Amino acid sequence: MIADHLPVLVVVLPLVGAFVTLLAGWADRRLCFPIAMATTVIQFCISLLILSQVMQTGPLHYNLGNWLPPWGIEYVIDQLNGFVLVVILFLCVLTCLYSHRSTPSEIDEKKIPAFYTVLLLLVTGVCGIAVTGDLFNLYVFLEISSLAAYALVALGREKRSLVSSFTYLVMGSVSACFILLGIGHLYIVTGTLNMADLARVLPPLYGSTVIQTAFIFFIIGLSIKTALFPLHLWLPDAYRYSPSAVTVLLSTVVSKIGVYALIRILFTVFTPAFIIFEIPVMEVFCWMAAAAIIGGSVLAISQTDLKRMLAYSSVSQMGYILLGIGIADSLAVTGGILHILNHAVMKGCLFMIAGSFIYSSGIRSIEDLRGIARTMPLTAAAFVIAAASMIGIPPTVGFMSKWFIALGALESGQWIFVLVILASSLLTAVYFWKVIEYMYFREPGTVCAGTVSTARDPPAGMLVPTLVLAAACILFGIFVSIPLEVIEPFVTGILGGT
Amino acid sequence: MIEMLLPGLFLRYNYYMAVIIMLIGLYAMIAKGNLIKKIIGLNIFQTAIFLFYISSSDIIGGTAPILTSDPASVYVNPLPHVLILTAIVVAVSTTAVGLALVIRIYEAYGTIEEDELIAMEAKE
Repeated sequence: MIADHLPVLVVVLPLVGAFVTLLAGWADRRLCFPIAMATTVIQFCISLLILSQVMQTGPLHYNLGNWLPPWGIEYVIDQLNGFVLVVILFLCVLTCLYSHRSTPSEIDEKKIPAFYTVLLLLVTGVCGIAVTGDLFNLYVFLEISSLAAYALVALGREKRSLVSSFTYLVMGSVSACFILLGIGHLYIVTGTLNMADLARVLPPLYGSTVIQTAFIFFIIGLSIKTALFPLHLWLPDAYRYSPSAVTVLLSTVVSKIGVYALIRILFTVFTPAFIIFEIPVMEVFCWMAAAAIIGGSVLAISQTDLKRMLAYSSVSQMGYILLGIGIADSLAVTGGILHILNHAVMKGCLFMIAGSFIYSSGIRSIEDLRGIARTMPLTAAAFVIAAASMIGIPPTVGFMSKWFIALGALESGQWIFVLVILASSLLTAVYFWKVIEYMYFREPGTVCAGTVSTARDPPAGMLVPTLVLAAACILFGIFVSIPLEVIEPFVTGILGGT
Repeated sequence: MIEMLLPGLFLRYNYYMAVIIMLIGLYAMIAKGNLIKKIIGLNIFQTAIFLFYISSSDIIGGTAPILTSDPASVYVNPLPHVLILTAIVVAVSTTAVGLALVIRIYEAYGTIEEDELIAMEAKE
């Protein structure tokens, strides 16, 4: 009975949880964390159940209120949704656990209930995006998650977090407006909002300028949301000035869901027939992604602040996902989707570590980290693993996705992108090596010697999620067949067999 | 090019108006230094999209979509209105969050002029 309603439960549960958290927060602030934690854990279990159902019986369809599509809103979960849902909820659970110890030092105590409420609203939004099969529903959930994200960024104690949140709000709203315009164009021509129905109605209309305009609106809107290179300007400040738990959420959950929406719109609404053969947009995509990969890495090298460096590195890594999708070869798309998991795991780990450094020693600048590996050995070790994964050293997980994308690029004869991947790996090595060198091989500087020598590994509540993610970097690299088993049916479904 | 656009100018002038208003909003967001004015620009931009949706559903001589005894009655497509009701709610919440941020920025910095904010941040 209840098993039939899993797709909608995964969205309704955090929504109810958010209000319960708010009410409980009035009674006792300490109740908020257990409620939020329980909600995300139950959701994660539900997402695993959904994924196992999808793997056994194929895509799930759920009609809200029993209204049949295309009139009613339909929730559709196939392998891609199920995979993304599990990844983001896994990160949500770990972030929630991490935030219990990290937030009290970064957020005013009386704002803790608000923090958990808004966090659950953000989870509602991203889960909604992940399960919905309706374009307008996607827009609404995108706005729910974005509004929650603006509020979370503004929770930081530094006053610059307000300005960066405002910039994020303006950019995010404009991008949402572009997506709304795109939906409007599609609706005016086809009269439907259901994604599967649109995919069925659209092919005879591929020559229409209205459809092409709609497509461009979608691409630009979602590129701002995912911070594709020339449109990334809101990202570094938003990541730098938000509380560390929020940065982890932004870099793993929010950015990944934007990429998911992009994949969904590119491959399900506009089929490969349109994006590859009708207008050669994928080539443009590849070059933009290549610019993002190189540009993000170069900007990351010049940073002195650890969180800001990681933020620019995110810009570069999002480029990898988009490059994989842009090459549109089945191997490369597999690599791109795999990189959604990989980047979430690696960057989540790295931002948690950056947060741990701030928690234990207050250090934000890379140069002040001299010799910190001696007093925070476990955190530093986790950093080395995640950094190796970012560079792409086997057997870590980062190597696997780069390998697949590079193979796909070779197979489709676009060897220039292999050079881009190679160059970027070297650049990535440069900026991560700089941090590792300061942590392990330098004597503590005179200014920060006191703080470095008294710094300790953070409490278990923060250390455990960090180490889990660091372990995941290696485990998923060795057992890469587990995520691949989920991704491959989807890629074969959209692009045909390899 | 002009010949292609001209018929549309008279038949579908509503879309041209929507685009013009949209660009006014976009201009305000980019060119105005005051944060409140930026929010107003964002609102103009969003309203233009609402206009775009609503006017697209209209039919000359159409009535409200209510079941009547006259089978030949022409009615307006209600779905865009419903969608825009939702989008208005979203726009209101965005504006509320934006204005709340502007108040907090004013409390923290004592100004809401963008150039002064940038100058203060550069000094720190």
